[in-house]
Amino acid sequence: MLKTYTYPKYEYRTPPEIAAGKTLKVPVVIVGAGPVGLGMALDLDLQGIPVLLLDEDDTVSIGSRGVCYAKRALEILDRYGVGEAVCAKGVSWNVGRTFFRESEVYNFNLVPEPDHHRPGMVNLQQYYLEEYLVTRAAARPGIDLRWKNKVVSVTQAATGVSLTVETPDGLYAVEADWLITADGARSPIRRMLGLEVEGKIFMDRFLIADVVMKADFPAERWFWFDPPFHPNQSVLLHKQTDSVFRIDFQLGWDADPEEEKKPENVIPRIKAMLGDQREFELEWVSVYTFQCRRMGRFNHGRVLFVGDAAHQVSPFGARGANSGLQDADNLGWKLKLVMDGKAPERLLDSYSEERVYAADENLMNSTRSTDFITPKSRASRTFRNAALSLAKDHAFGRSLVNSGRLSVPSFLVDSSLNTPDEDPFAGRMLPGAPMDDAPVEKDGAPGWLLQSTGNRFQLMVFVDDPATADISALSQLDVGGIAVEPLLISRVAASACALPCVHDVRGIAAKRYDAKPGSVYLIRPDQHVAARWRSFDAAKLRAAVARATCQQ
Amino acid sequence: MALNLNPNLSEAGKRYFSAYSPGDDFYELLIGAHLDLSDEQSELLNARLILLLANHIGDIATLREALAVAREGVQA
Repeated sequence: MLKTYTYPKYEYRTPPEIAAGKTLKVPVVIVGAGPVGLGMALDLDLQGIPVLLLDEDDTVSIGSRGVCYAKRALEILDRYGVGEAVCAKGVSWNVGRTFFRESEVYNFNLVPEPDHHRPGMVNLQQYYLEEYLVTRAAARPGIDLRWKNKVVSVTQAATGVSLTVETPDGLYAVEADWLITADGARSPIRRMLGLEVEGKIFMDRFLIADVVMKADFPAERWFWFDPPFHPNQSVLLHKQTDSVFRIDFQLGWDADPEEEKKPENVIPRIKAMLGDQREFELEWVSVYTFQCRRMGRFNHGRVLFVGDAAHQVSPFGARGANSGLQDADNLGWKLKLVMDGKAPERLLDSYSEERVYAADENLMNSTRSTDFITPKSRASRTFRNAALSLAKDHAFGRSLVNSGRLSVPSFLVDSSLNTPDEDPFAGRMLPGAPMDDAPVEKDGAPGWLLQSTGNRFQLMVFVDDPATADISALSQLDVGGIAVEPLLISRVAASACALPCVHDVRGIAAKRYDAKPGSVYLIRPDQHVAARWRSFDAAKLRAAVARATCQQ
Repeated sequence: MALNLNPNLSEAGKRYFSAYSPGDDFYELLIGAHLDLSDEQSELLNARLILLLANHIGDIATLREALAVAREGVQA
């Protein structure tokens, strides 16, 4: 098979604790250096927390696996310092085409509106994402990343976790105040702790192939229902980087995975799809089944679960790695406040509450897509085919066709951390919303609103002119040791401003946040809206910060 | 009342953050209603549902139009 990518082999180093016969004591250990574990390490590093990151392997993911990285995940990766690399290497796409039998029934364009830094979706093989994250993590002195370090036992006490780690040179012990489990869908740690994960297995198998195509093919997502070259099943085609295309064939439950994986069986399927004249080579083939399930809660005392270890969805909609990165986004700042004694451990219950809510939304959407794509009864198949046959001519039919609802972040509108609105606002930046981006200028240079936010609590203050802002009221905002940094969003360019300030050159930020001069937004470190008012009131701000950090 | 062929589903009191959500909510209810039914029972359920909805719509001109659009996509 062809190789467009050389897998890095990361160096294993003998842990010094083995020769010294010492127990390694650390504040936080993360198990699993996949996209979510690595993202988690970088998030905690931004918070100033030293991290021990263990992985039993010594390379990145084999095969493309996760393919689509959605806008919110890209914005989080921007915070982690790898968003630019992912977007530069990845294939940006907006057009999706849906085919039913012989013909195209409709296409969609993902671009919802202009003036956002990141696109709706970027396709990139998972190994590139992991490589960029590893490179970033390796450059951070606060992250101790150890390859070929496998956790073989774990016990939890009231104030910490004890691990035994196996390496090529033997065993050593780790004691950590906190354990973050990012060891994937099969999660050995979850099993060692005897914790349950509930849901259902879907009785279907999918063949996935990475195919290197010589000819040009558009950067679009193509989805077939019941195509002539693969009757009664579905097929999905995605363009990735390096001319590698990812093709998923639905096989049905009775297919033999070992037989289906053989090139002599895969190649005719792809030829039937592409036609004989198109040249291609196989790079990687796998057969998968999937489950839709989640743990009852994602925090268990000093053990926190993120990514697939906590929740697993069907692949339709790209909601796996994307939601895992949002777990890290949600957890990092909360753990920091708890570790610093600035918030009670209850704040971690809100991590579980908010991410369980998001996981349920992801499970619901990916299960609905699965049920549409792979109908389980004659009635269900008839309705699906009826929707597809109406889609070609009628808009309402298109809205019912579900070939995957692509990952979007949850609006955490029911979160207990939100302060309910008391002033009227239009638009969708309500408490619990993930922030909308907007083009702004900072010190005269063009940039983006999201680049000026994140990692700490901030108060966005919309002003006509920064000169009119009440500097003394806004500087040194502090609620129980938690600093709230002001960020002026100004309608006019600021010459000399005593407070951090961006210039809302075209008024897009004010429009998206339905802001008038004087409107203020309390923003969480994970770029979610916590509270908002039409005017600044120090007492209300204190109460909202206390609420967003479980101090009341 | 002309037949509405644009997306038209919603539920009072519910706020949607994705355009596809109300349609998907309905579709899940629809497929769920057929759970555990045989093919014949499903046909009967569909027929009862059409009669109920037709009576609710009431306007026969609209129903005539819907019947024509439905029939367009089905070859005898």
